[in-house]
Amino acid sequence: MSLVFTLASRNLFQDRLRFVASLMGIVFSVVLVMVQMGLYFGFSGMITTMIDHTSTDLWIVSSGTKYFEDLSLLTTGLRDRLLTIEGVSEVVPGVVGFSAWGPLGAMTSVVVVGTDITAHGLSPWNVVEGTAQSLTTPGTVAIDRAYSNQLGVSGIGATAQIRGQPVTVGAVTEGVRSFAMTPYVFADLADARTYIGLPQSFTSHFLVRLMPDADIERTRQNILSKISGIQALTPDQFAEKSRSFWLFRTGAGAALVAGALLAVIVGTVIIAQTLYSSTKDHLYEFATLRAMGASDSYIYQVIICQALLNAIVGFTIAALIGSAIVHFTAKSALQVVISPSLIIELFVLTIVMCIVSAITAIFRVVRVDPAIVLTR
Amino acid sequence: MTEPVIEAANVSKSYGSGPARVQALKDLNLTLNGGELKVLIGPSGSGKTTLLSILGCMLAPTSGTVRVCGTSTSGARPAELAKIRRHHIGFVFQSYHLFSTLTVAENVLLALDVRGERGLKAMAKVEEILASVGLASKMRSFPRELSGGEQQRVAIARAVVAEPSAILADEPTAALDSTNGHATMTILSAIAKERGRAVLVVTHDPRLFEFADRIVHIEDGSLTHEEFTDPQVDLMRGSSVNRTRSHALLEYNSQN
Repeated sequence: MSLVFTLASRNLFQDRLRFVASLMGIVFSVVLVMVQMGLYFGFSGMITTMIDHTSTDLWIVSSGTKYFEDLSLLTTGLRDRLLTIEGVSEVVPGVVGFSAWGPLGAMTSVVVVGTDITAHGLSPWNVVEGTAQSLTTPGTVAIDRAYSNQLGVSGIGATAQIRGQPVTVGAVTEGVRSFAMTPYVFADLADARTYIGLPQSFTSHFLVRLMPDADIERTRQNILSKISGIQALTPDQFAEKSRSFWLFRTGAGAALVAGALLAVIVGTVIIAQTLYSSTKDHLYEFATLRAMGASDSYIYQVIICQALLNAIVGFTIAALIGSAIVHFTAKSALQVVISPSLIIELFVLTIVMCIVSAITAIFRVVRVDPAIVLTR
Repeated sequence: MTEPVIEAANVSKSYGSGPARVQALKDLNLTLNGGELKVLIGPSGSGKTTLLSILGCMLAPTSGTVRVCGTSTSGARPAELAKIRRHHIGFVFQSYHLFSTLTVAENVLLALDVRGERGLKAMAKVEEILASVGLASKMRSFPRELSGGEQQRVAIARAVVAEPSAILADEPTAALDSTNGHATMTILSAIAKERGRAVLVVTHDPRLFEFADRIVHIEDGSLTHEEFTDPQVDLMRGSSVNRTRSHALLEYNSQN
């Protein structure tokens, strides 16, 4: 085995304080990127959580709708027209809208999701207390455990009011979180219209399920050609539209990406400084190597090996911290989602960051005159 | 007659330009032959270090040519000069310049590692050379655990292990006491005589003259004279300069 690794690792570990400083830079940077990107993916998941958990082939929403919670008004009579279109098997109405939870004077904003459980509409999932079927009982709602404090209810059987109407908690879910931090409240379709203040002849969206042999794209085009003022979106299209609005048109995603980018820059600068200072301290050794006739690539290998060692140790620590953050936020309203692919991408990013950081040190060594070893 | 290992012909070196121009070396000729130990002596600022840098392919002359083992260094790129150093030249420095984080064996192995020589064969060479300089028992020690004399012997072992044709030693005994200085020069002399290498020792120390086959004097960037110190060599070559080591020593002492 080459002495490059031995030389690089010993040089790196010789000054422990500097090594710790370098590691802190990497860990700080990688954890920050991890959290920012974890939040980004957490938010992405939250933005589309309702769409992802709905079994449908097409979503029918009004033409101006940009995301799931965006109020869309469609007449219930549209259902019959949709059913006449070739390939359409089932059309299930649903409502979504903002309302006020709690007694007058102490109200909390909520997003009411009206569902027709019997028609397999958008029903609550991850139910940990009670049952989704309880929503068929008038005045019964389902809430998520993460928001129970915010809504001032303890669990099953707790009572409250929505827009002055009495409600009872019949089911409690876990992990059904809203991107806007406004709790979702599931209710029966008719009740939901009342809570939102929507006339019974209106609905927010239709879930369209197709016949087994129907072509989704052709049916979608058929719907659009026959009914105006609506959007017919596949779940993927609706999810992408929602993500695009929240993450980029509002700037929320851009802020997270910018934060991650800043963390990468700060980390790169810190590592570059420590590597440069380490190289400067060992300048006579590098000059000796050059005097001995070591090739440029041999010397680069020593510096890049130091950078990679920094990257591997720093990333390992950052990954452990990241795992702890994922664990502690798993059940919170603000979930950090770190997927295996994100871990791999972050590892590659850390490697790239450390190698880029090595460039200044390499430039310093390239300029070193081997003859300086004769003057000291 | 043996082929010169390093041959400097009409070498000049100047730094700066205009009124600030400094002529460090002037039209200098020097040849290093295998099996010969030359001592280069001169006052501070006489051009010793510049000459050593040029002979060691670390610095390009302003004019003149340097040939190392028959290869001209004129116009060579830094990578080519590095290759010449790697294969033909070993250095011994006044401050040893050992790698503090590497063991004695690793320091010596480094000279082979940069040439791509690794594994058991390389390690066997390291063990052999360290044994030859009396450091077989110190292979796993770090430089800080060694005396100055021992560190210089490690540096010599490092310079020699790759079997270069020339050894350039810059004040190798300056930081050592007389006993260790003597031991160091004995090793360098043996490298010249037993291994057939060309050895050039730059020094201020006249006590080293006794190890020299030739003494080369440099002053103001020019070689003033070169002396044979081996009467047999002088007789064989019919040199008009027939001096002994004691003559040279006496002369040096009277000049300083």
